Amino acid sequence: MNLKLNIWRQKDSNDKGGFKTYQVSDVSPDMSFLEMIDVLNEDLVKKGEEPVHFDHDCREGICGTCSMVINGRPHGPKQGITTCQLHMRSFSDGDEITIEPWRARAFPVIKDLIVDRSAFDRIIQAGGFVSVNTGGAPDANSIPIAKEVANEAMDAAQCIGCGACVAACKNASAMLFTSAKISQLALLPQGKLERQRRVEKMIWQMEAEGFGACTNTGACEAECPKEISLVHIARAHREYIAAKACSKNV
Amino acid sequence: MALNSKIPEGPLAEKWTKHKFNIKLVNPANKRKYDIIVVGTGLAGASAAASLAELGYNIKSFCYQDSPRRAHSIAAQGGINAAKNYPNDGDSVFRLFYDTIKGGDYRSREANVYRLAEVSNNIIDQCVAQGVPFAREYGGLLDNRSFGGAQVSRTFYARGQTGQQLLLGAYSALSRQIAAGKVKMYPRTEMLDLVLVDGKARGIVTRDLVTGKIESHSAHAVVLATGGYGNVFYLSTNAMGSNATAAWRAHKKGAYFANPCFTQIHPTCIPVSGDHQSKLTLMSESLRNDGRIWVPKKAMPGLTAKEAVNIPEEERDYYLERKYPAFGNLVPRDVASRNAKMVCDEGRGVGPTGQAVFLDFSEAIQRLGKEVIEQKYGNLFDMYKQIQGDDPYEVPMMIYPAVHYTMGGLWVDYNLMTTIDGLYAIGECNFSDHGANRLGASALMQGLADGYFILPYTIGDYLANMPYDKVPTDHEAFKEAEQGVQDLINKLLSVNGDKTVDEFHKELGKIMWDYVGMSRNEEGLKKAIGMIRELRESFWQNVKVLGANEEMNMTLEKAGRVADFLELAELMAKDALNRRESCGGHFREESQTEENEAKRIDEEYSYVAAWKYQGPDQEEALEKEPLVFENVKLTQRSYK
Ligand SMILES: Cc1cc2nc3c(=O)[nH]c(=O)nc-3n(C[C@H](O)[C@H](O)[C@H](O)COP(=O)(O)OP(=O)(O)OC[C@H]3O[C@@H](n4cnc5c(N)ncnc54)[C@H](O)[C@@H]3O)c2cc1C
Ligand code: FES
Repeated sequence: MNLKLNIWRQKDSNDKGGFKTYQVSDVSPDMSFLEMIDVLNEDLVKKGEEPVHFDHDCREGICGTCSMVINGRPHGPKQGITTCQLHMRSFSDGDEITIEPWRARAFPVIKDLIVDRSAFDRIIQAGGFVSVNTGGAPDANSIPIAKEVANEAMDAAQCIGCGACVAACKNASAMLFTSAKISQLALLPQGKLERQRRVEKMIWQMEAEGFGACTNTGACEAECPKEISLVHIARAHREYIAAKACSKNV
Repeated sequence: MALNSKIPEGPLAEKWTKHKFNIKLVNPANKRKYDIIVVGTGLAGASAAASLAELGYNIKSFCYQDSPRRAHSIAAQGGINAAKNYPNDGDSVFRLFYDTIKGGDYRSREANVYRLAEVSNNIIDQCVAQGVPFAREYGGLLDNRSFGGAQVSRTFYARGQTGQQLLLGAYSALSRQIAAGKVKMYPRTEMLDLVLVDGKARGIVTRDLVTGKIESHSAHAVVLATGGYGNVFYLSTNAMGSNATAAWRAHKKGAYFANPCFTQIHPTCIPVSGDHQSKLTLMSESLRNDGRIWVPKKAMPGLTAKEAVNIPEEERDYYLERKYPAFGNLVPRDVASRNAKMVCDEGRGVGPTGQAVFLDFSEAIQRLGKEVIEQKYGNLFDMYKQIQGDDPYEVPMMIYPAVHYTMGGLWVDYNLMTTIDGLYAIGECNFSDHGANRLGASALMQGLADGYFILPYTIGDYLANMPYDKVPTDHEAFKEAEQGVQDLINKLLSVNGDKTVDEFHKELGKIMWDYVGMSRNEEGLKKAIGMIRELRESFWQNVKVLGANEEMNMTLEKAGRVADFLELAELMAKDALNRRESCGGHFREESQTEENEAKRIDEEYSYVAAWKYQGPDQEEALEKEPLVFENVKLTQRSYK
């Protein structure tokens, strides 16, 4: 098939950037979306033009590196997958496809389709962990955990930190990302001891990074490639209220 | 230099305990006077950086991704082994040790492997304490499953995302130390050289992948945790950015490279669909617990998965079950891969290319119900459907072997130190524990064993003898290394030929797959060496790298990595040529049994082949570390 691509090009963070149009031909339906861009890039290099820069690594939907808004939707038109898992059989001959980077104040563009997501790392650094040092952990089976609880924690833990939730949200809120970690650790006995401190610090950091407020539109859940549920946002809210109620910081 | 593996004296089961007692310690108050560089944030690097920081050392940690959480370890699916014996099925530290030595076809060190089995249980405890949500049974205890090469269930897992969950656990520990100011993190930063001062590793030179800035970092010791080099083959299950650069450049500074030809070809990957293919996707080995592998008894070229459903039982050849009744579909990876290649070479392969075999779940779905299968493998089935367009609940999967893991790597002694003083290698980057073939679920175990429980002890032994003085980064050794890095980059940018970096990489991959892949012979290997040399020459005359150094430049990044692959590839072929025996993943056609199984030649090849770099375009020199077996009896592996 033949396609017309409108791709965001931006030299660096100081550049204003803008769309550029490219034609690609002979695209096979078995190609992945990123392989289609590889082919475009090979052509560009041959012509002496700079290839389109985009983030990617595992190309199997788990590292959370790839990050493109495709026709207005983070990770493209299909539910529950990342950009790298999208295949060209989801498109038809003659389609026009618009490709942009994540857009959010807290995710500044570095180049073309690549953004800086280090704010996510800082949210985890604020409290997304259990404070145990290496060594001295008790036997793994000493604390039984109900299968249902472990499963729900795992549902939250599946977050790949890609940032699609932020890109999807009109407020550019990072609540789904932040709450997934809060929820996972609040569910597990290992994480319960620090739950109050954790939720306060993580939410505080999220706000400090310039992410918007959550107004429960649910766009994040709809676009999340791992289908992380809004239930975790609700749990994080409850954790936050409970923490505030007995916080020494109030 | 004679290689000294520094294996402690004494009975196998007491070596590590005794060694821990005998090694020198750094007093807690003095630890903060030492700086350690850890390159890589996969399971090995993240666990090491976090654990060393907890002890009090100052850590600088590096990765090429935008966040440490995205290291390639994240992609591991199936699970992690430990000798917990929770299922009460007869597992023990000794059995895990034995299975790993045997699975590696007796080409690894007894002492290292025993220690690995010994600390395996601590890993599970540590991860659970971090909040890793492993799969559990209804009673609330941890669940296990079985993996290839073992007759016990010892694999812990978190759905099909075990690597992700373990890495996020290590990343959370790392994040905690970053917040505490004990680790300084450098994401999007690539190590391009190692710096030696007075023969000791004292730092690295890096390139900032956003700005192109070349920078020096000084420390008292350097740890490489940079993963494997499977991407030499262009197509592999590794992440796109996985590379050999750090290890290779350390090799050129004096670190011996061990067993470079030991590559693991994983039997269950999604087959290649066309020229555009950029990487291959693994379907976890755990699928072989319930999936049955078959091809038609008579060649049926082009047979599709949809048509396969109608092939009657008596016309199917479940060749693994037929040939290896004891292990069936759960034979080790090398055996499963080679057999898939054999049936395809006979013309019995299926699918549009004939380079595929079926992995069929219909019997398991009938036996256990769709729901159970969905619980166990749901995400893998979804992934398959997404890529192939077929629904594995309805029709069999099609699979074919693909390059997956490299057992070879930097040579290390028992302390995980390379042949350069103060340079350590951990995780997939070293060669130490898997011999000629790695068992499933053992890489995660090894990475975390090295990082959490071994290196934090052994590095102290070295540092205890080091003065606190720091080497300033304007020392001439740093300046020289920076200049070397800059020169190489300028050279890449100035060729301005007409072939892209990817074109070279693809060509290299094809040579490697054809001649240094699943099956190797003298003639092919010699031919490959010639072809690699020619390709390397052509690369430096015809490669096209656009743009400048002082910007984000992904073509330049890749060009540097491919330049290193072009050198490493030759050493792999050379090592394969030297080893005229078959063992594990290394199959020399000249050395096979009457039943076409791999035939080891212990009298001649029971050694680690460690290669020493001698200068550009010089032949590398071979040093042998003999392997001594006192606790297991060497037998030809049999899974019949
Ligand atoms: C698809 C897949 C599935 C797997 N499943 C399993 C499984 O179920 N069980 C199992 O035991 N094993 C599995 N493995 C193997 C296992 O995942 C790896 O061997 C292991 O994760 C390697 O960990 P590591 O820490 O050594 O390196 P990696 O995780 O590869 O990390 C390498 C790190 O080094 C950094 N790096 C590399 N080069 C440079 C450089 N020049 N400068 C700076 N930083 C650099 C990277 O940024 C990264 O942080 C699987 C592998 C694959 C590919
Ligand atoms: S590249 Fe890893 S999730 Fe897409």
